[in-house]
Amino acid sequence: MTDIPFLSLAIWIPILGGLLVLATGQDANARMARTVALLTAVFGLAVTLPLYTRFDASTAGMQFVELHDWIAYFNVHYHLGIDGLSLWFVLLNAFITVLVVIAGWQVIQNRVAQYMAAFLIMSGLMNGVFAALDGVLFYVFFEASLIPLYLVIGVWGGPNRVYAAIKFFLFTLAGSLLMLLALLYLYKSTGSFEILAWHRAVLSMPVQSLIFFAFLAAFGVKVPMWPVHTWLPDAHVEAPTGGSVVLAAIALKLGAYGFVRFSLPIAPDASMHYAPLVIALSLIAVVYIGLVALVQGDMKKLVAYSSISHMGFVTLGFFMMNPLGVEGALIQMISHGFVSAAMFLCIGVLYDRMHSRQIADYGGVVKTMPRFAAFFMLFAMANCGLPATSGFVGEFTVILGAVQYNFWVGLLAATTLILGAAYTLWMYKRVVFGAVSNENVAKLTDIDAREFFFLALLAVCVLAMGVYPFPFTDVMHVSVNKLLEHVIAGKLSLLP
Amino acid sequence: MNFVVPDFFPATAEIFIAVMALVLMLATAFARNIARGLAYALAQFTLLVTAFIILFTLDIGIDRSFGNLFVNDLLGGVLKLVICFAMMIALLYGRAWLAERKLDRPEYYLLALLMTLGMMVLITANHLLTLYLGLEMMSLSLYALVAFDRDSARSTEAGMKYFVLGALASGLLLYGMSMVYGATGALELPAVAQAVTGGTANMKVLLFGLVFLVAGVSFKLGVAPFHMWAPDVYQGAPTPVTLILSSAPKLAAFALAFRLLVGGFSGLVEHWQTMLMLVAAASIVLGNLAALVQHNIKRMLAYSGISHMGFMLLGLLSGVAGGKADVTVAAYSSAMFYAVAYVLMTLAAFGMVVLLSRAGFDAENIEDFKGLNRRNAWFALLMLFVMFSMAGIPFFVGFFAKLAVLKAVIDAGYLWLAVLAVVMSVIGAFYYLRVVKLMYFDEPTETAPIAASAEFQVMLSVNGIAIAVLGLMPGALLGLCRTALQASVIAG
Repeated sequence: MTDIPFLSLAIWIPILGGLLVLATGQDANARMARTVALLTAVFGLAVTLPLYTRFDASTAGMQFVELHDWIAYFNVHYHLGIDGLSLWFVLLNAFITVLVVIAGWQVIQNRVAQYMAAFLIMSGLMNGVFAALDGVLFYVFFEASLIPLYLVIGVWGGPNRVYAAIKFFLFTLAGSLLMLLALLYLYKSTGSFEILAWHRAVLSMPVQSLIFFAFLAAFGVKVPMWPVHTWLPDAHVEAPTGGSVVLAAIALKLGAYGFVRFSLPIAPDASMHYAPLVIALSLIAVVYIGLVALVQGDMKKLVAYSSISHMGFVTLGFFMMNPLGVEGALIQMISHGFVSAAMFLCIGVLYDRMHSRQIADYGGVVKTMPRFAAFFMLFAMANCGLPATSGFVGEFTVILGAVQYNFWVGLLAATTLILGAAYTLWMYKRVVFGAVSNENVAKLTDIDAREFFFLALLAVCVLAMGVYPFPFTDVMHVSVNKLLEHVIAGKLSLLP
Repeated sequence: MNFVVPDFFPATAEIFIAVMALVLMLATAFARNIARGLAYALAQFTLLVTAFIILFTLDIGIDRSFGNLFVNDLLGGVLKLVICFAMMIALLYGRAWLAERKLDRPEYYLLALLMTLGMMVLITANHLLTLYLGLEMMSLSLYALVAFDRDSARSTEAGMKYFVLGALASGLLLYGMSMVYGATGALELPAVAQAVTGGTANMKVLLFGLVFLVAGVSFKLGVAPFHMWAPDVYQGAPTPVTLILSSAPKLAAFALAFRLLVGGFSGLVEHWQTMLMLVAAASIVLGNLAALVQHNIKRMLAYSGISHMGFMLLGLLSGVAGGKADVTVAAYSSAMFYAVAYVLMTLAAFGMVVLLSRAGFDAENIEDFKGLNRRNAWFALLMLFVMFSMAGIPFFVGFFAKLAVLKAVIDAGYLWLAVLAVVMSVIGAFYYLRVVKLMYFDEPTETAPIAASAEFQVMLSVNGIAIAVLGLMPGALLGLCRTALQASVIAG
């Protein structure tokens, strides 16, 4: 097809650009650091576009494959490739990186180069996670992406940032090290670190169960699923705006992506067998965490809990094992990438002006920031799944799938429409409407051109995806169907 | 009995270093006014030339000489080479520190050379007595080095402690050797191995001896429950000596364990495997838990070293489980790779501690790393590499070391050990993260600029970058470890 290694470019341009930004050094050169960062991010986005335009939606096979030897000793290869499941996440990631660089343009005045570099390097590493087709390569990217986020939370975060950063790191590390054991075990039984070879490997039920739970530990923490979600609210609240955006929009997706790339195809029978467990955990996340979100006094915490609840929808969709569920979950992941990024950016806009995230400190913002209020309204609506926004497409499809799977599961899942609307709109009402509550709010200035730009960009995405989701769903169909065929066929019948 | 002139060629490096040690002693005795600089230069020159000699006498095959007391193989060659480089780096890092405290006496370099010689003899030993000779030569030099700051109570105390406990461990080892001699009637390692596998030896005596040997080896490695000396000695010794202590001797101890247990006692593998399993598990647990509560960076690194050596042993004990030669070689080479990676990391870590110290001030507390990112972003980044590498996070060499060892453990079927190891790694990650936290998240309390000689800065940078580069491209070194061990394992 083509010889240009787009995936490698998507991974290494941000990383090398990040190192370049790092080299600009002190804050005296902040201007240069920002410019280089923006150029890198835009360039990084540009090289991902051909991935979509040249993508062949009619095949479920891996595309843009790159295969080189890496570490012969372990039989590890530098093997990249994407299919319909991973394509959009690479694009989403590159897009969000541009937004984060713009969002941090004026807000970050302290160690600018390091801030920008951390995000660029993280973006490259996460592209690597989505594109890796080798177990060790995947793990290396998955794990290495913790380092920049740890630094971002810890250096530019809020007052309790140290606790949040360390908790975030250790929780994720604990999960992923168990996954590492599973990867090594798979290597022992198949003699290869190729993910695709693992898909084909015939494994007995006890082995599948062990592997399934190891992956559940890793990806469940990352998603995060109830009851291992407690690191997320802390991390979100303490992280700077950019950190929250990347965390919600991309980092959480790494876990969910892991389920479709590893758990389902490698341990299909165990996945089927334990699906009720995952579904139960997901429903708890949807309903219980939804209720928890309702009572939050801190806007960021509220959106953090709403993220957990939305990600519960994703895992729910995956484990119902029907096409509607899986596809809906994937769409929900992309949509959540836009919407949660937008919500955190909106909160960031308010926080930059007031230095408070408490809902109680606001009220009547619409009087002083009408344009901002309009954007915030749109994103709030998308967050509660209003039709014609991106939030609706995913949620509705998953609910349809859930009803198909089991009426009661569908009913419980559908409560999210009520709970989501309740916590989001109630927060919106308290922050934006009503009388101007104090003189700080009265002194607020509306969004400037820079803020308008990134909010508008996201608004376009949210609406476009809500109105015309075809480009998103079109590329997934074949891959999703093949995945489900594979899962439902199982591996046990192939056992000797 | 006729006298045969031994083949000196395989031992050229050892002979050279021994001669140069004497030259250094004489030269510095006569040229007193330039003694300090001369001793340093001579020591570095000697190590460099030795490295070249090793490189040229490197042999894929196996050369035995001196009536089978001595063996020169690829494994020995590679280990000796790394030791030479590690010592060169250690001497370079320590130079300014010692000079600022008027400790850069010629004897320091003399002892360092003798210690290197001891390690090299130990590595090339093919006989229990050669092994012991090398070990004692290394240890005695180290005892003296630890107590080198003779006016400091802590340094002398550490030296005393190390000496008494080390002598005890040597006693244990020697006692074990005598048992082995009693049971097998041989001191030559291949002959011991033959007697052990032959089944003619008295099992009871042999096993009794083996326990003492394992205890002695464990002491030299500094693994639990024979680790008690490590934190005190690490803390008490002058930092450059701690740097030496924590790096090259670990490789020598790996060689000791390999030559003795794999070379001599492969017939009793299931016995020493069980012992090492307990020792390794205890070290990983204890090292990581104890490191959590340390405030002194030298103590913290001592405990972290205990857990790293436990990890290394995990690799060593995973061999021979399935009986397949390639699995066994992979297990041993994972241990060797781990040891080499650890040496690289510990050199950089203590190099950083030396860097932050200056005349009249020792950066001993972890708090001294506070705000390093503000003071010097480059060195903070390097220390970040070291810490994440030690925690086993990719893309750093420490990750691949852990991966290789865990792979060996899983291949051997010890799933519980692997689970224990990763759980403890998560706990261990905390104290490494704390150092990163202090460097990056906190504001500096100390504002003095970081000053060091150019060669120090360059070396430390190369050291730190090597940790990252080997993390991206670990293949060559891993392959080298495997080739080195392949020859020895197949021969044994």
